[in-house]
Amino acid sequence: MQANLRVRRYDPESAEQGSHLQDYQIEVPDHFTVLDALMKVREEDDPSLALRCSCRASICGSCAMTVNGRASLVCKTKMLDVAPDGQAVLVEPMNNQRVVKDLVVDLQFFWGKVRAVEPYLQPRGEEPEGEYIASNESMLNLLTPMGCIMCGACVSACTVLEVDKNFLGPAALAKAYRFVADPRDDETQQRLESLNESSGVWDCTRCYMCVDVCPKGVAPMDRIMDLRESIIEAGMTNTPGARHIESFARTVAHSGSLDEPMLAIDTWGRTNIIKLMDNAMLGFRTLRRGKLPLRSGPFHPRRPGADAVGRIFKRLSK
Amino acid sequence: MKYAFYPGCVSRGGTPELYDSTIAVANKLGIELEEIVGAACTGAGVLQEKGLKLGDTLNARTFAMAERMGLTTIMTICSTCQGVMAQANKRLLDNPDYLAEVNQELKPEGLEYTGRIVIKHLAWVLVEEIGLDTLKTFVTNPLEDMKIAPFYGCYILRPSNALGTDENPGRNEYLERIIETLSGEAVNFPGRLQCCGFPIMLINEKNSMEMVGKHTHNAKAAGADAMVTPCPLCHLNLDGQQPKAQAQRGEKIGLPILHLPQLVGMAMGLTPKELGLGRHIVSTKKLLSKASVRA
Repeated sequence: MQANLRVRRYDPESAEQGSHLQDYQIEVPDHFTVLDALMKVREEDDPSLALRCSCRASICGSCAMTVNGRASLVCKTKMLDVAPDGQAVLVEPMNNQRVVKDLVVDLQFFWGKVRAVEPYLQPRGEEPEGEYIASNESMLNLLTPMGCIMCGACVSACTVLEVDKNFLGPAALAKAYRFVADPRDDETQQRLESLNESSGVWDCTRCYMCVDVCPKGVAPMDRIMDLRESIIEAGMTNTPGARHIESFARTVAHSGSLDEPMLAIDTWGRTNIIKLMDNAMLGFRTLRRGKLPLRSGPFHPRRPGADAVGRIFKRLSK
Repeated sequence: MKYAFYPGCVSRGGTPELYDSTIAVANKLGIELEEIVGAACTGAGVLQEKGLKLGDTLNARTFAMAERMGLTTIMTICSTCQGVMAQANKRLLDNPDYLAEVNQELKPEGLEYTGRIVIKHLAWVLVEEIGLDTLKTFVTNPLEDMKIAPFYGCYILRPSNALGTDENPGRNEYLERIIETLSGEAVNFPGRLQCCGFPIMLINEKNSMEMVGKHTHNAKAAGADAMVTPCPLCHLNLDGQQPKAQAQRGEKIGLPILHLPQLVGMAMGLTPKELGLGRHIVSTKKLLSKASVRA
């Protein structure tokens, strides 16, 4: 097949400002991956093309880039899948990270986030003579986060990191879960306290981008949700995020449907006058357009079926 | 065509114009909607954080109620409801033991879910069931010269294994196809498949407003006269919070945000009043004059 690659090039040493796109046309066998095609370009056509790769078998996590806007391991992405009719394939460096040259990004940002969650076992007490033993069963739920190959695809796709570089991000939070849930670790409380702070678990929007792009099925967002659950179970419930879940559940359990104004008031904190004043204008605007749900709080109407919903809550709530 | 209709909490709360415009458009297209009376909130992914089985049981109850109505397709008008229900359905259908366990919880309510329900958003119903050719025949007021930026909302797209976008990748372009069928021009802009920031609006307002500002700015910069979304939660943020996002950004944007049935209804000659186009925070007046619709 003919591979039409459109590659974003950037050379910090060039006089040219910013990046540009460069097209390459080469003949490749049908089984070629995007990485195979890029390497063929580099070997036969343009040795100046910079890219990072190693194992070529989705094990090392070196070759994450964006392909047609989607963060992907290029060694795992077949040319035929992304360009069945030989159309141009846009290959760019990962997002949310500084580009060093062409398709290579600086991984300092990624590793900085991972280091921040102290990604190593912290047991207390006497060191055992042999290994730290854990039962097979207790480690089963760690298999998915342990499958992470640190490729950075989730960091590239994260919609929160795009607007806030302080967020810990999906890869680091999935790694944090891996140690929170490890029965041999004794710093769970301290880890959860730190993840409960700003830029931690509550800043995730639940957009599923990281779940969709992860080449290893780590599902970082699901691990973030696991951490939120652990935080609430540990009794840390005085945050807007925890109050949001509690208020949501309370209103649905009561009336079968969501009470939007009450959810906002509960999440901010019922005595948070500053927030209430700050949002008075929005309240006024929505009221004027006839769309402020006025029947809120004690006046929130119970929908038909609310009794059944309440009973299910009672049976299944922890 | 008859559907079990699941309007969702927000179309009956903060965005009543979505409910009204859906009914108006459905009537015109001959889509018969029978509302699932007594269905609970899907949990919006938030209840699922409290307990996955709790959320799945509430949704299985809704599915069982739709089955009892003798119907097999639930129509949603909310990306979030669509995604949360589709995920619950996948978990239940992928694992018969789990389905049996959830059905045990439904037993005291006299319900059982047999696994026959398909959940489809209005956008999918328009493309996959009514068909764009048929939709075209209803267009009496083509949206010529109108540039519309599509904004999908996360949960109608992801996770792709639950939303059928792997087998049916076209679903990620349905809004563009619908806009073109209405004779409008679909505007491509970065962010069309991204997050509006609504889920963290109450938790990290700054980041949420940054997202609203960025997406509306980028759509406008790409030439959009308006944005259309199949998700009322995106609408609450992109329309309702646009003034705040503008203030944070220090820039006037003023991009009207339409619900999907409002856009379709405009092209079918429904009046702005029938479509609730006067109920938005960002005024739609300029857009309506461009669309030569009576205000």
